[in-house]
Amino acid sequence: MLDDFILRAAAAGIGLSLATGPLGSVVLWRRMAYFGDATAHAAILGVALALAFNLPIVLGTLAVAVIMAVTVATLAARGWAVDTALGVLSHGALAFGLLAISYVKGVHASLESFLFGDILAVDAKDLLFIWAGACVVLALLAWRWQRLLTATVNAELAQAAGINPDRERLILTLALAVVVAVALKVVGALLIAAMLVIPAAAARSLSRSPEQMAALAALIGAIACLAGLGLSLLQDTPAGPSIVAMAAAIFAILAGFGRAVQRGNR
Amino acid sequence: MLIEARNLSVRLGDLDVLSGVTMGIAEGEIVTILGPNGSGKSTLIRALLGLVTPSRGEIRRKPGLTIGYVPQRLALDASLPLSVRRFMSLPTRVTDAEAAQALNRVGMDGTETTPVTSLSGGQLQRVMLARALLSRPGLLVLDEPTQSLDQPGEAAFYRLIEEVRRETGAGVLMVSHDLHVVMAASDRVICLNHHICCQGTPRVVSAAPEYRALFGLGTQGALALYQHSHDHSHDHSHDPLHEHGPANGPEHDHDPDGHTHEGHAHAG
Repeated sequence: MLDDFILRAAAAGIGLSLATGPLGSVVLWRRMAYFGDATAHAAILGVALALAFNLPIVLGTLAVAVIMAVTVATLAARGWAVDTALGVLSHGALAFGLLAISYVKGVHASLESFLFGDILAVDAKDLLFIWAGACVVLALLAWRWQRLLTATVNAELAQAAGINPDRERLILTLALAVVVAVALKVVGALLIAAMLVIPAAAARSLSRSPEQMAALAALIGAIACLAGLGLSLLQDTPAGPSIVAMAAAIFAILAGFGRAVQRGNR
Repeated sequence: MLIEARNLSVRLGDLDVLSGVTMGIAEGEIVTILGPNGSGKSTLIRALLGLVTPSRGEIRRKPGLTIGYVPQRLALDASLPLSVRRFMSLPTRVTDAEAAQALNRVGMDGTETTPVTSLSGGQLQRVMLARALLSRPGLLVLDEPTQSLDQPGEAAFYRLIEEVRRETGAGVLMVSHDLHVVMAASDRVICLNHHICCQGTPRVVSAAPEYRALFGLGTQGALALYQHSHDHSHDHSHDPLHEHGPANGPEHDHDPDGHTHEGHAHAG
């Protein structure tokens, strides 16, 4: 009953969750949720450019996501109101991306797949990119974990210990760009930020340490992917939104559960 | 000298936050930088830590100097589950025994599993001090350490700093806008208002006209000064002391708010 494309979709979802769980946790701790959104929206512009210049789509999205992420980080460091900069850049990039795609012939049919993802169409090559990207992000996070956490807790404290907070932010930004590039196919540009934020937020109520939260977020993301795929198969719903909907449902259940646990402890 | 600034100037935007600041801290010395809000105290600290680039002048550190930094506060997001024990292991992982010993030193033993976000202001200061001590710093830097403490808590915290200095021989650099601290706990006071107005032992500085001008104080004794400031902040009309000739120095107008605050700080 389980076809190959379902197995590939499941493998893609699990691979993505391994990266978005820990990365999304850091994104939450640093209040950067909207930042992930902006980077993902910009990726649509990357898709358009890749199609126009006949380049691999992963390359286009990665390049634009990096440029976007670095631009926002630079503006923020120069004292721009981050909300404003993100709002303009995020939706501006999305709009220009959609305009640009309309100029490229023959992609009208697949525009939806860039916005909402098409996890059921993941092929072996996509799978390779997703897992490679996830491994890169995990390795990056593991390597910088202590520094990243210190800079998250207090920038001055990190600096006094010889850590450069700007460098840590840049590394985080690059990791975000990689995740966006590989996640585009799975959940699409509009829902990537959801996979960063929701599993991590769901993991919070059960976690007592940063590491626990990162691991739990990955696990919850993977469960949401499997549940979402199941829903999609049974009810013929779109896969990307089904996955995010399942993640949100898990969040709601765990948030209620977490509150009950707290009440019990009192 | 553990660390020194020579002719240091910092410009942020269009503002000369610091100009021509020359100062240093010797081993085992407790130095307090004192100045009203907005006088460049925190910028000086940030420049010494290497967080802001000076527009002129230089910072010299003793080679191999380890700095233990205690920030004003931690702006932790509620989504970060961080226990005291885990916090102690940032940025360098330490053993349970080392963490317990450091926490014991500051009177916070047994708090390992407590989430950092549920500590009171005074408890957090102690935990942050314990964490800073783990790196065996040659210099401790504390940014307004007693801002969220009440009077007894403040006194206890400075006793603790004094003990730590005696035990470890570390130099201590503190920032404060709190007169009380200066009188009690420092070897040397640097009075800052974008430049160094005066410096010396607390006794010398408290008598210096520059210092009095900066804080808008008259020539009375400490208690009278307090009363003056206090009355000044609450009631202008029936304030006999107000007429006693408070200093009208050039810096008097820089920070009327700081003026009020000092009066309260001196209350205990």
